[in-house]
Amino acid sequence: MSEVLVLAERSGAAPRKATLELLTLARRLGEPAALVCGPADDAFVQTLGQYGAGRVYVVDDPDVTDFLVAPKAEALAHVVRQSSPVAVLLTSSREGTEVAARVAVRLDSGIITGATDVTPDAGGPLVTQVVFSGTWTTQSQVVRGTPVITVRPNSVAAEVSPVQPAVERVTLTISDAARGARVTEGAPTTSSERPDLTDAAVVISGGRGMGSAEGFGLLERLADAMGGAVAASRAATDLGWYGHDFQVGQTGKTVAPQLYLASGISGAIQHRAGMQGSRTIVAVNKDAGAPIFDIADFGVVGDAHVVLPALIDEITRRKG
Amino acid sequence: MKIVVPVKHVADPDAKWRYDDDLTVDRAALEGRLSELDEYAVEQAVSLVESGLPATITFLTMGPAPAVDGLRKALAMGGDDAVHVLDDALPGSDALATSLVLARAVERIGFDLVLCGMSSTDAEMQVVPAMLADRLGVPQVTFANTVSVQDGVVAVQRADDASVNDVTATLPAVASVTDKSGEPRYPAFKAIMAGRKKPVATWSLADLGLDPQQVGSAGAASVVRSAAPNPPRPPGVVVVDDGESAVQIADYLAAQNLL
Repeated sequence: MSEVLVLAERSGAAPRKATLELLTLARRLGEPAALVCGPADDAFVQTLGQYGAGRVYVVDDPDVTDFLVAPKAEALAHVVRQSSPVAVLLTSSREGTEVAARVAVRLDSGIITGATDVTPDAGGPLVTQVVFSGTWTTQSQVVRGTPVITVRPNSVAAEVSPVQPAVERVTLTISDAARGARVTEGAPTTSSERPDLTDAAVVISGGRGMGSAEGFGLLERLADAMGGAVAASRAATDLGWYGHDFQVGQTGKTVAPQLYLASGISGAIQHRAGMQGSRTIVAVNKDAGAPIFDIADFGVVGDAHVVLPALIDEITRRKG
Repeated sequence: MKIVVPVKHVADPDAKWRYDDDLTVDRAALEGRLSELDEYAVEQAVSLVESGLPATITFLTMGPAPAVDGLRKALAMGGDDAVHVLDDALPGSDALATSLVLARAVERIGFDLVLCGMSSTDAEMQVVPAMLADRLGVPQVTFANTVSVQDGVVAVQRADDASVNDVTATLPAVASVTDKSGEPRYPAFKAIMAGRKKPVATWSLADLGLDPQQVGSAGAASVVRSAAPNPPRPPGVVVVDDGESAVQIADYLAAQNLL
């Protein structure tokens, strides 16, 4: 079997949960290996090994983190040329998607984005995607070059399969052309108190029906009672009630949690595109005709400001 | 300086998409419009010039004959002229081929800044701006919520999954803007009429020095093996709140092992 190369992303000091999911998927296709851009301490490497990474390539060069996208693509293309993996897997974050895009150009390899599943097949990895705003499911294959595939977080459950990884430090000179877009300021947007929105198993989301920024305080309390993340519709972020970085939908994030609780969200197609892969959808909305009820597994026609405080109390009581 | 804005004529978001039996999508059968997300790029380009940036704006599209309607919409919003890459070999082009055609066209037009929308509203891959930057060998400043150009430097604020970053690059560069960058204008009748008089050039693949085998279905690096419409989600339970619904939600979540 040959290597399947995963581009590792980090969440604080540890590998991101979505990276561990990619390693789990990679085991179906071959021998998982990971590329880490930036520092990789022993704990970081060991975690990758816990999830099956037999080899960990490390490009620890400030250039790959000081500049946007291009240096990571250069490093990844370099390692692909060196190790000839049978496929390259990345997370479908904005950065993961753009690194994939550049690597596909450099290798003249086919690219498939936003996969919800990847399975082995005689003709190479068979990639499942949900397309056209969630209305169709397709299976596709790359027919030229090394398949470059981006996978949505939460598409599979990360499962451990411990191995002792061999660490290979890779040195390369990042080209001047790749050092064009300098990151001058950076600030994390995720609250340390709550899970990353795209990785979260529970997402509590609000829209125009929350009425105000204060209404989102209610969603935060419910999220904290359930260990979930808070999200918002575009209408709510445009009104300034909650940060743009928490927007779910076509132009925001795509999430697929175990539970998506939509409160005061009507459920326009642009919003549904970002959340209808959720396992269970619960909706609270005053308007019985809201399209969100068409896709809700459990819906309540009612006022979020009445229902949610009672729900927070009920959940807190049950959790003792 | 020159700003080039690549735009896509797409099916209306509410159109009934379907794969035909041969696993292709007949986009020409769908009612089209200028991609909403490209309107943000048009708006930013026009705004940059209005706020004093000395630049000309060229809109660029590739696609079948009706795609010129997308260019006309953009020209009604502002800008100077447009290029339509039209060729029988183009249908079925994947993102690699699309970025190749656009890169050659951008090079032929000449550019200091390529300003894109963040994504098409149909394929939704979000890869073409990064691919264009790679092919043109210039920096990318993409997914910009804000964009400014001064003294030959483009500066943006970019949001990713877990961070917001300020990013700068020296021109020439490729930028893409999000739907947070500023609402697109709605052109008045006079502007629409003025847009109709602006020149639109039509180029073929041969004009760009490209071989038909490099693009379209013939040049595609990935293929669809199967496609099926998703069954509707099984109908759920909807209750009207009578003071008990919080308990009902909690019961439901508990039954699904979600508590």
